[in-house]
Amino acid sequence: MMQFPFVSAIIFVPFFAALLILVMPRERKAEIKVIAAVAAFISLVLALWVFIAYDRAAGGYQFEEQMAWLPSIGSSYHVGVTGMSAPLLLLGGLLLFSAVLISWNIEDRTREFFAFLLLIGVGVFGSFAMLDIFMLLLFYELVLFPIYLLIAYWGWKPLRTYGAMKLTLYLFGGSMLSLLGVLMIYFASGQHSFDMLVLQQVPFTPEFQRAWFLPTFVGFAVLASIWPLYAWSPDGYAAAPTGVSILHAGVLKNVGAFTAFRVGVLLLPEGAKFWMPYLAFFMAAGLIYAAFIALVRTDMKYIIGFASVSHMGIVLLGFASMNAIGWSGAVLQMFAHGMIAALSFAIVGMVYDRTHTRQIGDLGGMAKPLSWAALGFIVASFASMGMPGFLGFIAEVQVFMGLWKAVELAWWYPYLAIISVLGIIGTAAYMLRFIRFVFFGELKEAYAKIPPVSALDKVVIALLSLILIIGGLFPTTVTTLVQSGVSSALTLLGGA
Amino acid sequence: MMLQEHVVSLILFFPLLGAVIIALLPHDQKKLIRWFAFFWSLVPLALASWLWLHLEVGGGYQFVERAEWFPQIGAAYAVGVDGLSMPLVFLTALLVPLALLVSFSIEDRVKAYFALFLFLEVGVIGVFVSLDLLLFFLFWEIGLIPMYFLIHIWGGHNRNYASFKFFVYTMTGSLLMLLAIQIIGLTQHTFDLVLLTERGPFSRVGTLGLPIATETLKRLAFWAFTLAFAIKVPVWPFHTWLPDAHTEAPTAGSMLLAGVLLKLGAYGFFRLVLPFFPQEAAYYAPILVVLGLLGLVFGSLSALGQWDFKRLVAYSSVGHMGFVIMGVAVAALAQVGKIDPLTASLATGGAVLQMFTHGISSAAMFALVGVLYERAHTRDLHRFGGIWTVMPVYGSILLFATMASLGLPGLAGFVSEFMVMRGVWPVFTGVAALAILGLILTAAYLLWMLQRVLHGPVNETWRHLPEMKLREVVAVAPLLFLMLLTGVWPGWIMNTINAAVVRLLGL
Repeated sequence: MMQFPFVSAIIFVPFFAALLILVMPRERKAEIKVIAAVAAFISLVLALWVFIAYDRAAGGYQFEEQMAWLPSIGSSYHVGVTGMSAPLLLLGGLLLFSAVLISWNIEDRTREFFAFLLLIGVGVFGSFAMLDIFMLLLFYELVLFPIYLLIAYWGWKPLRTYGAMKLTLYLFGGSMLSLLGVLMIYFASGQHSFDMLVLQQVPFTPEFQRAWFLPTFVGFAVLASIWPLYAWSPDGYAAAPTGVSILHAGVLKNVGAFTAFRVGVLLLPEGAKFWMPYLAFFMAAGLIYAAFIALVRTDMKYIIGFASVSHMGIVLLGFASMNAIGWSGAVLQMFAHGMIAALSFAIVGMVYDRTHTRQIGDLGGMAKPLSWAALGFIVASFASMGMPGFLGFIAEVQVFMGLWKAVELAWWYPYLAIISVLGIIGTAAYMLRFIRFVFFGELKEAYAKIPPVSALDKVVIALLSLILIIGGLFPTTVTTLVQSGVSSALTLLGGA
Repeated sequence: MMLQEHVVSLILFFPLLGAVIIALLPHDQKKLIRWFAFFWSLVPLALASWLWLHLEVGGGYQFVERAEWFPQIGAAYAVGVDGLSMPLVFLTALLVPLALLVSFSIEDRVKAYFALFLFLEVGVIGVFVSLDLLLFFLFWEIGLIPMYFLIHIWGGHNRNYASFKFFVYTMTGSLLMLLAIQIIGLTQHTFDLVLLTERGPFSRVGTLGLPIATETLKRLAFWAFTLAFAIKVPVWPFHTWLPDAHTEAPTAGSMLLAGVLLKLGAYGFFRLVLPFFPQEAAYYAPILVVLGLLGLVFGSLSALGQWDFKRLVAYSSVGHMGFVIMGVAVAALAQVGKIDPLTASLATGGAVLQMFTHGISSAAMFALVGVLYERAHTRDLHRFGGIWTVMPVYGSILLFATMASLGLPGLAGFVSEFMVMRGVWPVFTGVAALAILGLILTAAYLLWMLQRVLHGPVNETWRHLPEMKLREVVAVAPLLFLMLLTGVWPGWIMNTINAAVVRLLGL
């Protein structure tokens, strides 16, 4: 019996919706928005179904679909889900839906905006689900083009040309670097296949792995804003419209980190074991450095942008630990960071739309008129500083435990864990500073009459906040799934 | 029976339910919110009293509940009480309704205030009843959130600085503790506090393969725990956040901060540091006792130099907690069998009792400071005088509470401080002798304060200050009663504490 192609449906429902939107008359804005929201919602429900229905006891690849696509070069359309990617698909669904709701007030070229937004979703879902590297790169690149246009046309005027260009060039450069690595892997394998399941079985020589791990991993990790190649991220986010910031910080960075992990670490494990101890220094540096930059910036979007760089440092450190608990922490941190970044950017957008300033010094007292925004931001803050009871804690505690354990790989890992604590303290400091300047203190006369948070925005805030809290109080809801994914990844590595 | 099996969880989560209900009440129903919060908080108090009556003295952990929580890393939901935590749970459950009564004058964002207060109760009680290290840490950190906002939103004019300092200071200490907790979890594959206490937290350290010697690791973990708790107590010289936080916090916030939040740190010493690190604790006990002494002396000296009524009481907390620390130091030595059992149990029991007595007396003092501040809108001791003639009831209550704080025989403070002094004397004679100096200074600043506030010519500005309201008297009356009860018949609480101390030290 043919199983319903859940994964393909997740990927292509937004795609066909985007096509449909593009052929609609441009003035039917209300219908366009509804179609976008419905498509995103369908993907979300399907992703939720995959998340729930994934057989945690069996583990491995599930919901697989495969068909020939370009047999001459050994590439096929092959999708599947593991315990590690299922939460990320769900995250993608959640944030795509949130981004559509948050962008409801876009009136300028509505048709194109929502079509591009959905296309980002297609690229994201495809990148998480593809098991064929060639197709994976295709979807990976697919994301760049709508992002560029979205920032350049709908972004913040003073910065949008620069921000869009910088972001695109950086990410394009990174993916070219990894393409080089992927091609080397393809040719060296001698299997005439781009299928990751095939390539995972190939015993590459240690010399080859050491030589090609670095470009492959770092190329993808640029999209995860690995220090010092992160500079595109704060500028890009400051320039981007809110919906794009949400998707980019919330899921695209995770696409980068997850792809770097799957292609870099899983295909070239020996290379990873060799390089990770050194790369870990850069990751820890990013975590700490970005936290302290966020502490001195005064533009709300830059603060959140640097916060996101800092959080990705934790994700990458989790992968760098090269053990089960660290990896599981990394996946959870991706999930948590996605929610946190989305929630923070959404709220920054709400404040900006009403006050037209992003300087924290010009704001204050926003908790009175925008109490929902204040609550949501407070939840995001505590989750991001790893406060127990929030999802961020579950993630961070596992990453740090992974770092302690990674001492088997290199003796300096525990010390990295200790100094990384500085980054967490910095996080607490900049988040509290943000809350204090924006939400408390005196409300300016000029802002006394600003409209309250709209119903759609409340849906987004409530949805993301609740997941952060429920995941934190009942970690097993997510951890069992991630655990099964991590252990199958480890067996592929020969129990590394 | 249901109740018996889940009574600890009920005490723990009942306030949380209350906070949620308050969040759903309408904004403008201030009166309803206040009374609801007050009556709701009486339920945990009733449950805690029931629990204490049914607690078997000297029976170790009781009413233990376990459930799965985070099996991937070996953490579980495990709660229970013993003779050490029971008085503190009761103290918390008692202080919350009283603090809520005091807060009836809050007019700004009433809903958020009362909800946060009940939430704070969850965090504090959670620390006292946790039998799992990670759960302990969860409640330890989560209590920071409501306290931060209580200071930040309802505090005085310098509240930004004070709340920020409070939060970051405490968080720094606790993150180091988290790292230590993680090492323990990784090497032992469990966070079970009972199990870890039995076999030592580093019994299987070899499995981690860290490139540092087990002894070094143990010492690092010891310092991580000690620092986290020392900041919370606070031990001199980590106390600087305390006067700021107290000065800015709303009255009820100060009551809980001094009454129970500081006890979290001291409790951590007894519950975790002493059983986990007996060798290290004994080795560093001389340093600890000196820090306790310095806290007592410098805290009292600083109090002597304050002209702000509330800041003076805040510094007195630093001084009084010095006694607890001296008791901890003696207990550390007693654990390795260096001290005769009588001295050991006196010092340790005294320190635990001091946690309780300081809890009630400091809460009462802060409540009384608040009463005066609400009427005069100043805390400047220059400007008071002759208040007794204006507010005789207030004057007598303040006198009573001050005497308990000062350690007058017949009132609570005397019993505990005497026990600690008697216990410290044979072990650290020099320190005990110098501690007398601290006691004299304590008497000096408290009497000086009384004189500035109550006696002397009446400042005409305050001629028409209204007398204490019934609500305010009710809010401190239970505390006054406990001061007297503990002063004349300490046995009501010492039976429980002593049995727990004997178990703790293995006497």
